[in-house]
Amino acid sequence: MDVRAQVSMVFHLDKCIGCHTCSIACKNVWTDRKGAEYMWWNNVETKPGTGYPSAWEDQEKYKGGWQRVEGGVQLRAVGKVRGAMTVFHNPNLPTIDDYYEPFTYRYQDLFDAPEGADQPTARPISMVTGEPMDIEAGPNWDDDLGGSPMYAANDPNLEQVSAAEREALFEVQRLTFFYLPRICNHCLNPACVAACPSGALYKRGEDGIVLLNQERCRAWRFCVTACPYKKTYFNWSTGKSEKCILCYPRLETGQAPACFHSCVGRIRYLGMILYDADRIQSALAADPDKLVDAQRGLLLDPNDPEVIAGARRNGIPDDVIASAQRSPVYRWVVEWGLALPLHAEHRTLPMLFYVPPLLPVMAKVGDTGYDTSIDDFLGTVDSYRLPIQYMASLFGAGNEGVVRYALRKQLAVRTYRRAVTAGDVDMAKADSLLAAADSNRQQADAIYHLTSIAPFDERFVIPPMHREQAIEMMEDPLTAKGFEGFGFRQRPERGA
Amino acid sequence: MLDILLFGALPYVAMVLFLVVSVRRYRYEPFSFSSLSSQFLETRRLFWGSVPFHVGILAVFFGHLAGFLFPRELVLWNRVPVRLLVFEVTGLAFALLVLFGLSGLLWRRLTTSRLRVNTSPADLLVHAMLFFQVLTGLDIALRLRWGSTWFAEALAPYLRSIFLFQPDVARMAEMPLSVKLHVVGAFFFFAAFSYTRLVHILVAPVPYLWRPLQVAIWNRARPQNPAA
Repeated sequence: MDVRAQVSMVFHLDKCIGCHTCSIACKNVWTDRKGAEYMWWNNVETKPGTGYPSAWEDQEKYKGGWQRVEGGVQLRAVGKVRGAMTVFHNPNLPTIDDYYEPFTYRYQDLFDAPEGADQPTARPISMVTGEPMDIEAGPNWDDDLGGSPMYAANDPNLEQVSAAEREALFEVQRLTFFYLPRICNHCLNPACVAACPSGALYKRGEDGIVLLNQERCRAWRFCVTACPYKKTYFNWSTGKSEKCILCYPRLETGQAPACFHSCVGRIRYLGMILYDADRIQSALAADPDKLVDAQRGLLLDPNDPEVIAGARRNGIPDDVIASAQRSPVYRWVVEWGLALPLHAEHRTLPMLFYVPPLLPVMAKVGDTGYDTSIDDFLGTVDSYRLPIQYMASLFGAGNEGVVRYALRKQLAVRTYRRAVTAGDVDMAKADSLLAAADSNRQQADAIYHLTSIAPFDERFVIPPMHREQAIEMMEDPLTAKGFEGFGFRQRPERGA
Repeated sequence: MLDILLFGALPYVAMVLFLVVSVRRYRYEPFSFSSLSSQFLETRRLFWGSVPFHVGILAVFFGHLAGFLFPRELVLWNRVPVRLLVFEVTGLAFALLVLFGLSGLLWRRLTTSRLRVNTSPADLLVHAMLFFQVLTGLDIALRLRWGSTWFAEALAPYLRSIFLFQPDVARMAEMPLSVKLHVVGAFFFFAAFSYTRLVHILVAPVPYLWRPLQVAIWNRARPQNPAA
């Protein structure tokens, strides 16, 4: 057992209201720079929908992630041999048009326009060329267009859904959608790191955050191709790749990442996870329908004395182990089985887990509104508005069982809470639903608590990062006395 | 006098600039030590420029290197007329490939508005120098026949004399004008090398081929279990 620590995350999709506050918080802090205007390290997509960059899930086009081969896994389009063959021109690199051309408006025209018969307008101009342009795409271009045949119909996950169900999905009466906020998954088997020929990308040993050293990045761009989530970005102005850094400077000072902190719906959870690095190879080679379970199997019980001993052997400090014991992530993912990895089939072992949304649960609508008199008025998993295959394509690597399990348990918890608070559901029925969903009242209370009323420091259990030790290891703290501060000691500009 | 300046002094200026500026830039400005890829802004036309250019220039470069390192073997190879012809035609084909790719790259850069805003004067200098080298090289290959043989017999010794710090200026002085231009152009190329995007050649990611795929960096030293 090789115990390691990883900062990991859970997003509760039922709570996401699609307000994009997370995206804006991230944009303001990190990517409001030349060459980074088009980057959204955090973005929120409407599902069904094509997302950002457009149709990023279509790996026939983008060729990201790992493929299972004899004796392990292999990068789909890049890597040592194929990378060398495409080093002069990478046929699988998305271009700026796959994202969108960033734009602003010539606001000054509103003030400077000469007096005339017409109102002056602020023309949109490209933030690349500075020339006037027509806006044809944006980072959330299909926002809230879940039923539109123009956008949603192109969602690659719908390939898993039968034609009849696909048609039904876009009927006006059944129209539904949900939001999918995405950041870097800080994977255990990151394809971007493996694809970087310069060794600029790396996983931080202490906390598993995947970072990119811009001073070692040489613009080969294979990370952009390799990431199946398209969460490494190329800055066309500096010629360097960039990605989500999980706000590590905030984490190191005990603050939640900007997108977590600003989340209005409080959908986000963050905590330390202990995992067994020895078992990664076997988890990578699992059959597609066993992938989710194999990945969850890597995560170790932080209260197991054997795990604690293993963690200490590997130099994980006691206060980090204690933090892992309080981690909300372990409960969501392992104890309750509610949170699932996104597109586990790319075998990167993403460490961001999603609680699949229950969506509008009241499926029966009578003449006077929702009919609460019927037996299953909260609906059942089988009357779920989105096809289960669709959800399984997103969160189960094709395995419907794990998605069904998570939905059934959430539904049981909801019915139970209805019985407790409103009393119009029979408690015996709630108990039987809980039992059928592999749960009980105690667990349901805990799930309810963490879902609905958990305060800040229960949602974000930020481990002590022991940055002070790391700094002392690397340098004498006094050497930088009198310097200008953090960051570049030269301006981040290219000489030639 | 000019010959001494161009063939006796210039090579050393170029050499010093190449070495000193490369090391200095690598150490103190690692951020800029790469090519500024433009594929993200334009990819289709890049293919028809970048691939032929790079394939051609690599072949031409290693051809020159082989002639410099193994002049005797080259002369022996070229003794049979058919083999000489094969060698020259191959070299010419690669040079034309370079010309084709380079023209495509420059045309693409000048006619794509997204690229024009992202082009530095140094990028244009690189294009100009490469064009100069390719055109003078083609002139030598086409007008002054069988350049490969007398590259081995006349130029290789001169180049060696540079590295032995006894520049044989007299040998260069009697060369035809095209050859002189090509050689002087090469010295300017190396002098300017480290100031431009060409530095990406020095950090070609060869070590990747034997590196383990995944990279983990620990901030702290790991106390007991060093298994990484």
